[in-house]
Parts: sequence; structure tokens; C-alpha cells
Amino acid sequence: MAPNNTNKGKSNRGARSATPVKPGRQKTERPRRVAGAHSAQTSLRDRFISWRQHHRDSLRDALQRLNAARASSAMTILVIAIALALPAGLAVLLDNARAITRGWDGNAHLSVFLDMDISEARQRALAEEWQGTENITRTEVITRAQALAEFKALSGFGDVLEALPDNPLPPLIVVFPDSTDPVTLRALENRLGDADGVDLVQLDVEWVRRLHALIELGERLISALTLALAAAVVLVMVNTIRLAIESRREEIVVVKIVGGTDGFVRRPFLYTGFCFGFAGGLTAVILVQVALWWLGGPIDELLMLYSSEQSLTSMAASSLIILPLFSGVLGLLGAWLAVGRHLGDIEPNF
Amino acid sequence: MIQFDRVSKRYPNGKDALSKVGFTLPAGQLTFLTGHSGAGKSTLLKLIMMIERPTQGQVLIDNQNLNGFSNRHIPLLRRKIGMVHQNHQLLFDRSVFDNVALPLIIAGYARADIGKRVRAALDKVGLLDKEKLNPIMLSGGEQQRVGIARAVVNKPPLLLADEPTGNLDPALSEEIMDLFKDFARVGVAVLIATHDLSLIARYNHRLLTLREGRLIHDGDESGEAHGA
Repeated sequence: MAPNNTNKGKSNRGARSATPVKPGRQKTERPRRVAGAHSAQTSLRDRFISWRQHHRDSLRDALQRLNAARASSAMTILVIAIALALPAGLAVLLDNARAITRGWDGNAHLSVFLDMDISEARQRALAEEWQGTENITRTEVITRAQALAEFKALSGFGDVLEALPDNPLPPLIVVFPDSTDPVTLRALENRLGDADGVDLVQLDVEWVRRLHALIELGERLISALTLALAAAVVLVMVNTIRLAIESRREEIVVVKIVGGTDGFVRRPFLYTGFCFGFAGGLTAVILVQVALWWLGGPIDELLMLYSSEQSLTSMAASSLIILPLFSGVLGLLGAWLAVGRHLGDIEPNF
Repeated sequence: MIQFDRVSKRYPNGKDALSKVGFTLPAGQLTFLTGHSGAGKSTLLKLIMMIERPTQGQVLIDNQNLNGFSNRHIPLLRRKIGMVHQNHQLLFDRSVFDNVALPLIIAGYARADIGKRVRAALDKVGLLDKEKLNPIMLSGGEQQRVGIARAVVNKPPLLLADEPTGNLDPALSEEIMDLFKDFARVGVAVLIATHDLSLIARYNHRLLTLREGRLIHDGDESGEAHGA
């Protein structure tokens, strides 16, 4: 609304008349008796310029109104920001989790425990044999003696093992697969398990797989959360715009009486919705970035303890602009719904 | 300019606001529309503004049948009609200038043109020096004149006034009437709905009288039938 200049009493008329006057407009001065209701009294060119101008005015007016009611605008924007920061922040954390576990996938291996009576020579022969066959990049032999030594060093149960008459640890071949695909791994596990002299094959990626399943679940949850909170943003906007429409009822009536089209009436509210959404999205980006910065120290430390090369990555540069735009579209949608529902109720009456 | 052809309007609640009303208003004529409240004055104005649609009959504005108009055409119709309200319907969140400029902005006039036309309209109603004020700072008579300036700023061929002198003293009413007469003189069809009989008595213009939705009188104030 406020087509032109909402500053009460302030004058900037001079600026308006500074717009260059195009010749040929004077034809609109004539009494427009000839014009039907289908044609207006202005040239297309003028109307296009004026239409563009009204867009600019609507945007400026929307921003001015946001600014004029700073406290309540800030609250609406914060509601939107928090609603969007939650799924956006979780998505960033999930992205990080995915990136980290991708690194862990490289360590996936199968531990092939051989029968106790397999000799070291036979063990090496088997390892040699498997190496280079389908889906196996390399193998590593851990003899019973090596296993015992390692176990002693790492477990702290060395004394207990000393007390045992025999080395209880079986010969082991560690097999590194060339793929982390669960089906391939399962097939490899079966193949090795069936081989002569093999006692047990243990797939050490089981927990990675569980983690992947968890991450996938997390993704689904975040999608659902995003959907629910996006709906919340739209509803917040519907309500905000409904109030805005209500508070400008008189203005809408006057605009309709003097021949304002629905588009003209709608436009400022749509801009208001978009501005709220965009500002909310921008604030959400800031909230997420601040939260990541705040969590960054502890998370990096945690990652280091898991001896990961990764460090916390923040939002992708593209999301910095996509989130506000997405949020702006949500605001626009909410405004559209509110306007469609409530503008029709306001008709001139006398 | 306006033609009513056996127009009836029945509201959904069953009330017959207008029954078979027919008249023609030519361009350049000032006409009073009177009747008690509830006689159908407002309904008649609403039909012209397309706030309501007739149940029967047809309304022609500028030789165009409004029955053929979709809702999309309503704004364009209204741009041809200047409307003056009893309560002025001014917006108090902006200056007098911006109030008057509103119809021009809506119609898509060029900015430079708007300044010129608004000042011409304000000059016509004698408020050129008040353009920067907020209308709330003006007297009732002045507010009414701002309303008139807004109604005529895009030079509509038709001017409707709903109780334009309702809250004004006789001297101010006369000023307002003089403005309306001026517009009629330059070819505007002016229709003034009023129940101010003293106002009607002071001028010898055509008079349409409604009673219970029927047009019971069409002629000048003395009762002489008008050749419309």
C-alpha cells in the first residue's frame, strides 16, 4: 500500500517531479470518454514504469514498516530464525558426521581367524593366495606369536597370558576389501568363511554400517523436522500478515474504491512476507554459524581423540544464500495464503 | 453516462433494496438522489461502484453493461468513477498530497505527471498550501475537500457523492456544492446522494427520490418531470 511516501508530512515532492517527462504523455490529459473500462487512461509504457515503481515502493514500504515496529518484527524474525536454524544446524552436524565416517570406511576390513592347527607357512600361503583375488586389495598376516605380543602390549593382561600353558590366540589374516558396499562385503565374508582352514570371519565394518543406518535415520528425522518447521514458518507468516491486513483495513478499502487491482492491494503484503522470511533465514544462518563456532572447539577435540583428520566444517557457502531465499519463499507463501484468505473479506461499504 | 434499466436488487436476506429502478444520467448534469435511510440510496451507489450486482435489470456506465463485467474489470470501472464519502475515507498515515495522489499511482500515471495533477486538483479545492499536512490536522470541511480532490484528480467522467455535506454547516456545504456544479459544468455527471432537504431546496437540480426501493420521483425540485 502506502504507494508513495509514508513519511508523515515529510516532503520529498521535489524528487518526484524530477523524473524526466517523456513527450507523448499529454494525450492522457484529454477527457477519456473514448476509453472503455478495459483500457486505462495511461500509456502502456507509463503503466509499466509505474508498475515497476510500485514494486520498488512496496518493498521499501515493507522494510519501513518492519523497521517502524522493530520489537514485534524482531520477534517474528527470531521465531522464523529459530525454527529454521534447528534443522539447518542439525543438517550441518549430520553432514560432518557423514564426512567423518566416509574417512572411516577406508579402514573397513575383515578379520579371518584360521583354525588353530594351521601352520605359519600355510597361513602365509593362504594370505598370498587371497591377495589380488576378487574384491581384495591386500592381506596382512598376523601370526599367533605376533597376536600374542600385540595383545600383551595393548590389553594389559600380559601376566595372565604368561600363566597359560599355550598361546590361545588363533592365526589371523586381515583382509582389506576394495569396497565398502555391504553386499560385496557380505559376499566376501561368505567366500572366505567357506575357505579351507578358516574358522571365523569377522566383519569389522559392522558398527560403521550401524552408524550409517543411524545417519540415514537422522537424515529422515531432519527432513521431517524441516517440513514441520517450514510449515510452522508459513503459519507464523499467515498470522502476521493477517494482522497486518487487519491493521490496514481502511487503506485497503480506500485503494479498492479508487480502483486498485487485487494485485496492487496484495503486493505490499507479499513483499512484507518475503522480507520477514528472508530476514528470518538470514538470522538463522547467523545462529547456525555462531552455534558451530561455539561447538567447534570441543568437537575438534573430540574428533582428534578419534584420531580423525577431519575438523568441523561449517555451512556450505551456497546454503548461506539458499537458506534465506528458501525462507523468503516460505514467507511469501504464508503471505499469499493470508492475502488470499483475508483480502476478499475487505470490501468497500457505505 | 449512467443508465439504470429496470434494476432490482434483492439481498440474500430477502430484502428488496431496489425494485425496477430506471433512469438515465447524461454527462454534465448534476443530480440529487434522495430518500429516507433504507430507501435504497446506498444500494444504488453500490451497484454503480460494482460493490453489489443487480439481481435483475442492467446498469450501464459509459454505455457499457456492467453485467458483462467480471470481477477483474471492477478496478478499471472504479477508475472512471470519483467517489466522495460522508466520512471522507482519508488515510491519516500520509500527507494530503499522498492521499490525493493515490488514484493516480494506482492508475499508473508517470511520477512527474502525478505531481502536476495532484496540485491542480488541490488548487481546484483551494488546498494547495496544505499538501504537506496530514489530513488529521485539517477541519471537517477541508477534509471533505481533500476527499473531493482525490475523487476528481484523475478526471473521472462520473462523480458520486454520498452525503457529502452531512457534517458540514450551510456555508461549507455551499462551497462543496459550488465545486460539484463546476465539475458538472465541464462535463462530469455528478450524482449526489443526500437526505439534506434544505440543500436540495437551495438548488434547482434534477432530483431522484427513492422510497422503499422504488423511484417515486424523477424531476426537478418543484416536481416538474425531467426530460431525461
